[in-house]
Amino acid sequence: MAVALILVLVAVGSVAFHLWSPWWSTPIASNWGYIDDTINLTFWITGFVFVVILLFMAYCVLRFRTRPGNRAHYEPENKRLEWWLTGITAIGVAAMLAPGLVVWNQFITVPRDATEIEVVGQQWRWSYRLPGQDGRLGRSDVRHVSAENPLGVDPTDPQGQDDIILDGEDLRLPIDRPVRVLLRGIDVLHNFYVPEFRAKMDMIPGSITYFWFTPTRTGTFEALCAELCGVGHAAMRGRVVVQTQAEYQAWLVGQRTFAELGAAARRAQASAPPPERDRYEEASR
Amino acid sequence: MIITLLFLVAVLGFLGWWLLARQGLMSKPWLETATPATILDTGASPLPTAKIGLGVFLGIAGTLLMLLVSAYAIRMDMEDWRPLPWPQLLWANTAVLVLSSVALHRARAAARQAAREEARSWLLVGGLAAIAFLAGQVLAWRQLAEAGYRPATNPADAFFYLLTALHGLHVLGGLVALARAAARLRQARIEALRLSIELCATYWHFLLAAWIVFFVLLAYAPVFPWLYAICRAPFG
Amino acid sequence: MSEIVPGADHPIPHDHADDVELYHPHSWITKYVFSQDAKVIGIQYSLTAMAIGLVALVLSWLMRLQLGFPSTFSFIDPPSYYQFITMHGMIMVVYLLTALFLGGFGNYLIPLMVGARDMVFPYANMLSYWIYLLAVLVLVASFFAPGGPTGAGWTLYPPQAILSGTPGGQGWGIILMLVSLALFIIGFTMGGLNYVVTVLQARTRGMTLMRMPLTVWGIFTATVMALLAFPALFVGAVMMLFDRLLGTSFFMPALVEMGQQLRYGGGSPILFQHLFWFFGHPEVYIVALPAFGIVSDLISTHARRNIFGYRMMVWAIVGIGALSFIVWAHHMYVSGMHPWFGFFFATTTLIIAVPTAIKVYNWLLTLWRGDIHLTVPMLFTLAFIVTFLNGGLTGLFLGNVVVDVPLSDTMFVVAHFHMVMGVAPIMVIFGGIYHWYPKVTGRMMNDAMGKIHFWVTFLGAYLIFFPMHYLGLLGVPRRYHEIGPTSFVPDSAETLNAFISVVALVVGAAQMLFLFNLAWSLRRGREAGPNPWNATTLEWQTPQTPPGHGNWGKETPPVYRWAYAYGVPGAARDFIPQNEPPATAAGDGGSG
Repeated sequence: MAVALILVLVAVGSVAFHLWSPWWSTPIASNWGYIDDTINLTFWITGFVFVVILLFMAYCVLRFRTRPGNRAHYEPENKRLEWWLTGITAIGVAAMLAPGLVVWNQFITVPRDATEIEVVGQQWRWSYRLPGQDGRLGRSDVRHVSAENPLGVDPTDPQGQDDIILDGEDLRLPIDRPVRVLLRGIDVLHNFYVPEFRAKMDMIPGSITYFWFTPTRTGTFEALCAELCGVGHAAMRGRVVVQTQAEYQAWLVGQRTFAELGAAARRAQASAPPPERDRYEEASR
Repeated sequence: MIITLLFLVAVLGFLGWWLLARQGLMSKPWLETATPATILDTGASPLPTAKIGLGVFLGIAGTLLMLLVSAYAIRMDMEDWRPLPWPQLLWANTAVLVLSSVALHRARAAARQAAREEARSWLLVGGLAAIAFLAGQVLAWRQLAEAGYRPATNPADAFFYLLTALHGLHVLGGLVALARAAARLRQARIEALRLSIELCATYWHFLLAAWIVFFVLLAYAPVFPWLYAICRAPFG
Repeated sequence: MSEIVPGADHPIPHDHADDVELYHPHSWITKYVFSQDAKVIGIQYSLTAMAIGLVALVLSWLMRLQLGFPSTFSFIDPPSYYQFITMHGMIMVVYLLTALFLGGFGNYLIPLMVGARDMVFPYANMLSYWIYLLAVLVLVASFFAPGGPTGAGWTLYPPQAILSGTPGGQGWGIILMLVSLALFIIGFTMGGLNYVVTVLQARTRGMTLMRMPLTVWGIFTATVMALLAFPALFVGAVMMLFDRLLGTSFFMPALVEMGQQLRYGGGSPILFQHLFWFFGHPEVYIVALPAFGIVSDLISTHARRNIFGYRMMVWAIVGIGALSFIVWAHHMYVSGMHPWFGFFFATTTLIIAVPTAIKVYNWLLTLWRGDIHLTVPMLFTLAFIVTFLNGGLTGLFLGNVVVDVPLSDTMFVVAHFHMVMGVAPIMVIFGGIYHWYPKVTGRMMNDAMGKIHFWVTFLGAYLIFFPMHYLGLLGVPRRYHEIGPTSFVPDSAETLNAFISVVALVVGAAQMLFLFNLAWSLRRGREAGPNPWNATTLEWQTPQTPPGHGNWGKETPPVYRWAYAYGVPGAARDFIPQNEPPATAAGDGGSG
């Protein structure tokens, strides 16, 4: 009796927790509502199965509990029943997989008009690069990384000269414009993760990965690192500011390009070397 | 990686065939109550258990081999790959390993005819040849290292050292088994002796085959682009 | 349908062993320490695994203290937190679960259940244990090495695993970890050969494969998988050792670490991930399949009913085993591998749900119309079904590639895999220990202590891991020593974290009661007799309890029927042991 009751309680309690607990996805701020829909669909199907099976188990425990003189029913198998159950399960699985694959296809098909931007991860901070007037990012290579050129932009590539480098600043994006986020790591694996955008992908040193999304809500969003990258992993935070087109353009004109930064750095280097900082202290701040 | 999967498909396919065809995987065991007179056969193989054990072990070693080959092909595809100069000594080492394998083969034949002394001589030849092979491999390492090709120089060099080291360790393990067989040569029953020599011979042939795979891979990998594509796919 | 012909061209195994083939211990040392008896080796494996498991349990306490009450305990700083999670994960997955199921249960049960006298290669079997112990000691040594153990996460992803930004990356930690894994694999291979070949070759007369208890099927299939999957980890570990010690670039691309150009170049971090998960995913089933098998036997014995759909259960075990080799990259959906792989691996992953679901249905259908005895092993079995079902269903989220994108690397993943391959298999381990303890020691474990242990463990574990999914949904990443102030995590999540930590401490403490029960019952437990659960399988039919050396006295038992003759109509008792000859020539197990 008690066992059956507790099994029912587990089922009911889990559903109640799901419905009424205050912990749920953050309000979405990108075009990936389909992902949320697929999650919800999966919750409904799996939740139904979970409750049915637990209630059936509770029923069995209650009804077929041992009694004097009772003997179990001897039935080695029931092919019909087993094939039916297999078939129904296969349908349920297909009902979750099919929409999942359709949405995945959208996820990996980047729209032609998407703006390319770059997010660079390194222990333990984020930097960003936006294409300049020409709308293209210049080449980059980890071998060019230096104090003056923290992102390793190829200094000989003319397309890179007008790129806008955001080092230690927030990333800004205009609303309702699809962006293809190119991801580059220059030391270890990182993962650029903004919960409200739903999309994420690892960065792998030595190659460039990507994902795409369209911001659909203005505001400031927090970016985290979602792939273990060393002791400062939890401190690797950034911010993404989604603005209206007008605000974004106004901000953009004030930014300095790679070429301008280079000139500034050469002047600064002539005067004083940068101070040594303890890198963990820096990261955890 | 595909080649690893193909290998596993072969292994699992064999197991599946064996289960289905030989072991009655479709039978309904609850209908098969036996009496003392009609007790069922277990379907165990009439081969000696040790041979089955060696077979299973070679399956594992084969998986290891395939994984190394896959990793090699995937890594080789990257741009920084610089093939290393092929030490001519390795031809001699290969010949010595072939000799070792042939000697073991002769030892097996001798053991089957219960010719203890002959088996002993061939075991000795095989063992010495295997030791010579190992010495030759170490020498090849030294030649390469002196010429500036160290593990860290290039992934091609790194793979050369890795594959030869793992292969060499397996040869060493085989030598331990061989030494044990040789030590019991005089006292052991001829059946036991025959079995342990047969096991050594089978293992030696495997070592030779594995070495030839490595040799072709290290020296001639681009010669068979399709094979190389199978190894690399789908990550190429 | 079946081609089994009695005794035609295959010799029926001898009913008695040649004396020279049996190993005989000559002293206390060779009997209890350097023993070649699979039963002793099984106990050695189990005790060692439980001891190292205790270390992992304490590590989990420390982690939970930090997560529940951040910045409260000065002795837990970020580097040590990462060391705790890494060692906790690695110990639990490899050194506890794999070793306990295959080395512990496998060694003890395989020969007894198939009616063999021992494993077929006892010497290699003994070496297997001692190499395992050495691997454990090397692992433990890394706690005392300069710089401490590695903090790279149990997945040990390069490049960070061997760089200075990770605890133990440039010290001894990662080296000892990799060496220990390589040793474990070598030791396991020796044992695994034994388990496979014993099942193939040493079954007693009449024990066809389809008459084997599902426990043996589960352990056998898991061992075959482990033997084929561990080489991938071995290759990965050796190559990473080369990278770390010799400066090769198998996995290391050109990189700038803290403004410093390193001399690595050209390697592929993702190659390691493929090798790791080529091992790592089968590993999940290496732990799950023995659990499936053991649960099937427990549920059948304690519900006094034949396992429902035995053939389907066997096929499902074999099918899951084979399929699990082509799903590995579902751990890598957001790793940056080619996006087209997502379609393939999502499909294979969700297909594997079907045979798994069949197993769950058949367990339930075994309960249905049964005669359920709510013993402690049965309670753990029920708890296994609940937690495995829960964890399996959340697996359908993570396996479905696009759903995985927001959830991967969050606490949702942590909750999922703890439920499905942490809590669920451990429920089976407990159930199995309560079930077979009387055979191993001759005494029953204390029932009252068992029930307290059960309820605290089951309900506690559920309370820990069920709400944790929702933290992940919220976006809380895994492997963070503290979330810190964020814009999207409400303060109430901190309260939930503190609650989970308190429950975790209580559940951990309840395991001390279990250990006490183990020790107490050894002397004070009720005498069990040879077959306290009225079970049909051979291990309960040994002439002595605990079974003596060689297991069976003069002759190994002949097997006349399948392993699940419970509740057979017309039989005198509600169970018929496998080695009990039929009452009449026509047989009495043939209905249905």
